[in-house]
Amino acid sequence: MGFFFAQLLTGLSNAAGLFLVASGLSLIFGVTRIVNFAHGSFYMLGAYFGVTLMGILPDYLGSHVGFWGSIVLTGVIVGLVGALVEIVVLRPIYRAPELFQLVATFGVILMIQDLALMSWGAEDIMGARAPGLRGVFRIFGEPIPKYDIVLICITPFILIALWWLIAKTRLGILVRAATQDREMVGALGVNQRWLFTGVFALGSALAGWGGALQLPKGGADLLMDMNIIGPLFVVVVIGGMGSLPGAFIASVIISVLNVFGVTYMPQSTLVLMFVVMAIVLIFRPYGLLGKEEVAGEHGQVGAPEAPIRPFGRTGRLAVTGLLAVLALLPLVSDPFLLVLMTDIIIFALFAASLHFILGAGGLTSFGHAAFYGGGAYVAALLVTYAKAPMEIAFIAAPIGAGMLALVVGWFCIRLSGVYLAMLTLAFSQLVWSLAFQWRSVTRGDDGLINIWPSDWLSGQVPYYYFTLVIGAAGILFLRHVIHAPFGYALRAARDSARQAEATGINVKRVQYLAFALAGALAGLAGGLFVFAKGSVFPTELEIGKSFDALIVVFLGGIKTLSGGVVGAAFMATVEDWLTRMEYWRLMLGMLIIAVVILAPEGIVGSARRLGERLGLIKRAEAEE
Amino acid sequence: MSEILRVENLAKSYDGFQAVKGVSFSVKAGEMKALIGPNGAGKSTCFNMLMGQIKPSGGDVFLDGKRITGLRPRQVWRRGVGRTFQITGTYASMTVIENVQMALISHNHRIFSLLPRARDLYRDEAMALLDRVAMTAQAERPCSVLAYGDLKRLELAIALAHKPRLLLMDEPTAGMAPSARIALMQLTADIVAQEGVSVLFTEHDMDVVFTHAHHIMVLNRGELIADGNAAEVRANPQVQEVYLGGGMLFKEIENA
Amino acid sequence: MNIFRSLLAAATAVTLLASPSLAEEPIKIGDINHYKRMAAFADPYRKGIELAMSQVNAKGGVLGRPMEFIFRDDQGDPGEAVKIAEELMTRDGAVMFTGAILSNVGIALSSFAKEKNYLYLAGEPLADTLVWQSGNANTFRLRVSTWVQAAMLAEAAAKTDAKTYAAIAPNYSYGTSAVEAFKTVLKQLKPDVEFVGEQWPALFKIDAAAEVQALERVKPDAIFNVTFGTDLAKFVREGTDRGLFDGRPVYSMLTGEPEYLEPLGEESPEDWIVTGYPWYDLPDGPGKTFVTDYEAFTGETPKMGSLVGYTMALSVAAAIEKAGATDTASLIKAFEGLKVPETPVGELEYRALDHQSTFGAWIGKLALKDGQGVMVDWSYKNPVAYMPSDDEIKAMRPAN
Repeated sequence: MGFFFAQLLTGLSNAAGLFLVASGLSLIFGVTRIVNFAHGSFYMLGAYFGVTLMGILPDYLGSHVGFWGSIVLTGVIVGLVGALVEIVVLRPIYRAPELFQLVATFGVILMIQDLALMSWGAEDIMGARAPGLRGVFRIFGEPIPKYDIVLICITPFILIALWWLIAKTRLGILVRAATQDREMVGALGVNQRWLFTGVFALGSALAGWGGALQLPKGGADLLMDMNIIGPLFVVVVIGGMGSLPGAFIASVIISVLNVFGVTYMPQSTLVLMFVVMAIVLIFRPYGLLGKEEVAGEHGQVGAPEAPIRPFGRTGRLAVTGLLAVLALLPLVSDPFLLVLMTDIIIFALFAASLHFILGAGGLTSFGHAAFYGGGAYVAALLVTYAKAPMEIAFIAAPIGAGMLALVVGWFCIRLSGVYLAMLTLAFSQLVWSLAFQWRSVTRGDDGLINIWPSDWLSGQVPYYYFTLVIGAAGILFLRHVIHAPFGYALRAARDSARQAEATGINVKRVQYLAFALAGALAGLAGGLFVFAKGSVFPTELEIGKSFDALIVVFLGGIKTLSGGVVGAAFMATVEDWLTRMEYWRLMLGMLIIAVVILAPEGIVGSARRLGERLGLIKRAEAEE
Repeated sequence: MSEILRVENLAKSYDGFQAVKGVSFSVKAGEMKALIGPNGAGKSTCFNMLMGQIKPSGGDVFLDGKRITGLRPRQVWRRGVGRTFQITGTYASMTVIENVQMALISHNHRIFSLLPRARDLYRDEAMALLDRVAMTAQAERPCSVLAYGDLKRLELAIALAHKPRLLLMDEPTAGMAPSARIALMQLTADIVAQEGVSVLFTEHDMDVVFTHAHHIMVLNRGELIADGNAAEVRANPQVQEVYLGGGMLFKEIENA
Repeated sequence: MNIFRSLLAAATAVTLLASPSLAEEPIKIGDINHYKRMAAFADPYRKGIELAMSQVNAKGGVLGRPMEFIFRDDQGDPGEAVKIAEELMTRDGAVMFTGAILSNVGIALSSFAKEKNYLYLAGEPLADTLVWQSGNANTFRLRVSTWVQAAMLAEAAAKTDAKTYAAIAPNYSYGTSAVEAFKTVLKQLKPDVEFVGEQWPALFKIDAAAEVQALERVKPDAIFNVTFGTDLAKFVREGTDRGLFDGRPVYSMLTGEPEYLEPLGEESPEDWIVTGYPWYDLPDGPGKTFVTDYEAFTGETPKMGSLVGYTMALSVAAAIEKAGATDTASLIKAFEGLKVPETPVGELEYRALDHQSTFGAWIGKLALKDGQGVMVDWSYKNPVAYMPSDDEIKAMRPAN
């Protein structure tokens, strides 16, 4: 009994910290609709500022005032940083497609990572202990750290304070109004821009407080930004995006479940919360307390895309020319350029497959790497265990990935917008943890190695040609499908699901099959990858891989046909060049933010607009 | 004239609130029938149940004597019912003619086809349909730049793509200038006359209703209070009472 | 129209990248590491290499040419690492490559080296498979592996009368193989021990309070710990607060390494038996000389990474000198059975048998001194005695 109670208290104390940070994220999403992936960075900044202040303030203010004063001040500082980020980075792009802002927050993550490294160094810093709160209380004979009890006691006050702020103040009324109807706030004569800034600052401050309050239980390190992102989004999604009580309930559920999971299923800690999230979303697609979203809302803000057309004569010439240049490349290039181009083609195919469902389908997947890595693993497993020849294993990669996409899509396609994105994320985490933990089959993070191509393809030049042929065929096939009736039906479903359904199109089935097709082609890219590198590791299934593809699709231009391919080529090139520098993350972050602000239609979209303005390209309107 | 649509005791309730209370009526082949009533009378709910957007709580819908109650919109459409929306639902990223081609592709069961180019399919048929609604000049324009009235006409062309026997039009003239309203309804009436399609429409503009509808039904608080020709409906005391509160509308009824 | 832009972008990519590189005079070695993702470990490692290079080049380099390391960041991504290795070898003119901390990156580089017939010297990666189950002709490894360190701790544990053990380890390869090795060796030495609990927190995502409660619940006589970094700090805090370590011996991997011990400061857990690096306590000799040189060179105290980087770079210099050439075949031949005299840990040998060096490990007890954890009663152990027999290793290593 005592043990159970002690575990419950541990869960509640963990929930306290999690809720603090998650409430900020939920608040920001509710009002501004920004999926702020940089929220973890504010949490990390909170820890670092907290550590620094706790090293200074107690000398002047005494230990108690100094400690708690440091925490309060940390929130204020991080709030100001948040406001700065909102004004500089996000304010210029509120009118861009909603998920575009997510890419900008990635830029912020990269920048803050390097800035924190510059400011505080690489070594982990232990957090200060709360004065007078070291040691334990004995409850039913079980030791409970005093600080845990303090955390548990603080949470209700924070919840009440937030509730009071939202329910009783003018600001709160505006926030609620904005959560429900953004246009209405504008109509009320409120300066929406400053409301957004204020909410973003408050949300960031909450993250900062969360970071500072956890110091007595841990410390500050450079990985904490990414480490908290997973649990944070799980909590906000389970609770219902934008719902504070939902975030609270979900924090408690996740934290308490986790504590019991640690005891009774110690191996499960990697996946438990994602399993919970997947189950909740399957039964309550909008979270416990979330509201249903209008389908098609996400990624579709802004001007509608121009009608697509197949290549004209110039286009065909250009493609043929490009392919010819690529085909002749081995005659003039050094071996490494071929390696780089092989990587770029593979990445371009992967990005094009995501672009297919994201652009033409309007379906945001945050877990597309599950199919890319999935394909790679299918091939690698066949080679390793069935001693399959490379050719068979390679063909199996897209088939296996496509089947995986059929399974995942069956659950996910019922949702739309951010919830679809989150459920795909949960499934990709499940696939990742399978590769990571099913060691007897996948060899865990030791990976599957020695997966090299057959003799006729081994060597740089033959494999480059193989990649070029398969990659170009895959990309052109996807492009053709977009022009085929199926692609039109997919776009019809995105533009107006209602009209599509009313004219005989089974919207969900079209989207489901498109999802599977995209998965299969991602698997094809994965198959090319595994034989190019000779090995595959769970890293290929990580969230980061999915986000790489998302970023390039957005950078390339989501509403253009070649956005994925161009974005991939651009990103791979820039990354190869930037990573040679000391603070490349800072520069890459700034570059991403610059592209997002200056070219919100992506590279291709902006280039087209520029071309139109200069008269190089006829405006879509005038094309007869 | 034979019956194309028969509705029996159609009902819908939300959490105890009865939006539609056991409505029965029929639409005959080749007729234009209007469903009118004050705001909140249940017209849209009724329409959405006919088309399958909303599942009825009770009652039945028959098309040509076959039960279509509770079918999904796309299944209802396959059985020969076209529809236009109060707020237009066209494909903004496609050209005008591609919008119509899309409906033709669906009609010909080629949605899942991967081989041909969609823009080459059924161009002539699509052009003919655009000709029906006088939109050929705009065929290659992006749908996103059309004027509202043109979008309505385009929607009509889309709705005609699978040669429907019944056309459901929800507030077809809402948001249009008076002259455009008359033009659109005249167009619809011509189509009805030439192709024998039946039309059931809801409408706020009594000019439109009394000019074009062969028969008029009046819905109030989820109940059908009148069903007849213009004169019968005008003379119905219940209808007069309902529309007295609406002053303006009642006058329109008087004048029509 | 869109494809026109694609062409433009690709053309830019080609021109950006096609600038030819000139062969330069120094002998180049490529080092691939997670310089950003694991900066706290990779930075001292890099400085150790730089110190070795300054010393080697001050003495006239190798084969009469200066030696140069090229450092590249792989973001901890095996695929990226392989790409960079190819670039280092084909474009930058490196004669061999070194690097990696994470074992999976090391394993990917090893497989790649074999496929392309390059030479890879792994400095830090601990995975046993690197030289055993997945060993190959083109890969050598400096550092003592997981198995050996766990075996040393198991040997110490076998000397006590503790009967029941619980283990806590990060949930990935390193953690699982450490626990497996500790269990196997301890059971060989003392068949009546029993493992009553195993906890597997996700790497760097430990829920320390819950883990401590779960360990306390099974009331073990002793604990085997494999967590490190921030996980270790949180585990130590919660465990100390909740009295988990009171009266229980703890055997802990790597905790004595400055990388992990220094951040713990005055909260360093006393009396734990750990492997580590007691640089502050070394007697006069090459070990101490290295510490002095390193402090003078960098203005910092050495970490384990510094020692590994330094020793690894010295090994490379020695191999090139022995080979008298820089082609892969000669270098591999030179590395097999290579003896490197006068390293900070004494003479090293790269065993022809499994390409593993005889770099050993320090094992000792933690104590607090001036508010900082230190290793006391330590000894330096040669790893060979803790390895499987030569026949067993031969059976494990795939035939080349």
